[in-house]
Amino acid sequence: MRLPYYPGCTLKTTAQNFEESALASARALGVELVELPRWNCCGTVHALAKDDVMHYLAPIRNLIRVEEMAESGLVDEKRVVTLCAMCYNTLKRANAVVKEDQEKMQKVREIMERENPYGGSVQVVHLLQVLRDLDWSKVADRVERPLKGLRVAPYYGCLLLRPRGFGIDDVDNPQVMERLLEALGAEVVNIPFKTKCCGAYHTVQMKEVVAELSHRILDQASSAGADMVATACPLCEYNLGPRQEEVKKLFRGFAPLPVVYFTQLMALAFGLEEATGFEQNDPDPRPALRARGLLKEES
Amino acid sequence: MMDDEVEMVTIYVMGKRHRVPAGLTIMKAMEYAGHQFRRGAGCRGGFCGACATIYRTKGSYKLQGALACQKIVEDGMYIAQIPFSPAEKKTYNIEELRPDAGVFLEYYPEIARCLSCNTCTKACPQDIMVMDYVQAALRGDVEEAAKLSFDCIGCGLCAVRCPAEIVPYNIGQLARRLYSRHIVGPTEHVLKRVREIEEGRFDEEIEELKTLDREALQERYETRERRL
Repeated sequence: MRLPYYPGCTLKTTAQNFEESALASARALGVELVELPRWNCCGTVHALAKDDVMHYLAPIRNLIRVEEMAESGLVDEKRVVTLCAMCYNTLKRANAVVKEDQEKMQKVREIMERENPYGGSVQVVHLLQVLRDLDWSKVADRVERPLKGLRVAPYYGCLLLRPRGFGIDDVDNPQVMERLLEALGAEVVNIPFKTKCCGAYHTVQMKEVVAELSHRILDQASSAGADMVATACPLCEYNLGPRQEEVKKLFRGFAPLPVVYFTQLMALAFGLEEATGFEQNDPDPRPALRARGLLKEES
Repeated sequence: MMDDEVEMVTIYVMGKRHRVPAGLTIMKAMEYAGHQFRRGAGCRGGFCGACATIYRTKGSYKLQGALACQKIVEDGMYIAQIPFSPAEKKTYNIEELRPDAGVFLEYYPEIARCLSCNTCTKACPQDIMVMDYVQAALRGDVEEAAKLSFDCIGCGLCAVRCPAEIVPYNIGQLARRLYSRHIVGPTEHVLKRVREIEEGRFDEEIEELKTLDREALQERYETRERRL
């Protein structure tokens, strides 16, 4: 199955481990994620102002590329797969708005002028949805190295779930990452703060806000006995991971907790160690994985 | 030339009406009308980017971009020259930079404002996919940004039109510099030529050229390809 894949800028810069592990794991399950030959920024933040047509150009242009890609036979479906939660959210919501609002769609067309008109035939999905649609037993069958004994706390953040109607799962109690981790043989650690805010873009100018929010989430995961946190969002990964340097400054005695992408654990369980990219995570998750016998001791 | 011998068209240079022969480029038509180019003209061959022009055709609301030395006048065309874009130019030491997205954001942080509206691409007289190379730079794809922007002549029309106030040609130039310095690296034939120059291999020829008069120089220029 060849599906169009929209990476977004972060997957090409600071979250290369997310992309690499996702592409390899999907391939192992028979899902070929084919990168859009031409793509631009997703739009970054969904425009809420009714008359803000300008901010629809970026997401809709990407959806036009998906239609073009499908027409030229590069992919089998017009279900475009995203990994970054921000890209998922922005593309999904812009798609819904222009499909609903023909006047806005017309304005977008007129401003773009040189593009093929968007036919509205694209469906925006997240990789977790593709996996769920495959059936968890298929995922479990592919596991070569079950993540036995590894205690993982799934963390969703906001963009994969909210607003209601646009999420990939239940807004209050999502289960998709839980089912995946179980299929991989890991032990799921449930934390009530799994859908709470990581601080998002406050990370740029108000690091201490992010540190406080991240601490709440990480502290809960640690208290519940998690070895690490799994996420599907590069911004959450950054705020919960590298920002632990700020958490340490605010909270004495804070013990670092690794934060990984769910795809990295999938690649590990599938025996695709070379595609895991754990060396890019901060804090380093490898000691915890070695402690559970899931990675070889350092030579 | 009389109006009844040659087909004439009407153009408006900064609003002033002129009758000029059809088939001329904007630059030649303006010179025909009596304008003298002190700025805004360079190679006259579509390579230097000095003659950026904004024009509008009869009955159209669109302001379009062109090079005056390349674009043929049309009847009813309104024309204005943009001989220079006073865009900021950053100073950097290319040796010290890393070819990644961070470099573009450090020197030209405004590129993060790109809306993907494609106005830059529409303005480009070279038909370069300007938006696409700005987007490639944003995601750190230096090679793609360098290759897509390769034909840029820095005329400045993209920067004049960008609603996000980005100066795309600076991005393209930085991408090409990063690509050639850090990704492909200096190529052997360039290094060889630099060595030859430093060893003085061309000094004699240069000194000879300095002594030639205008006619001799012109003759050399016109026969340059034959003598290769």
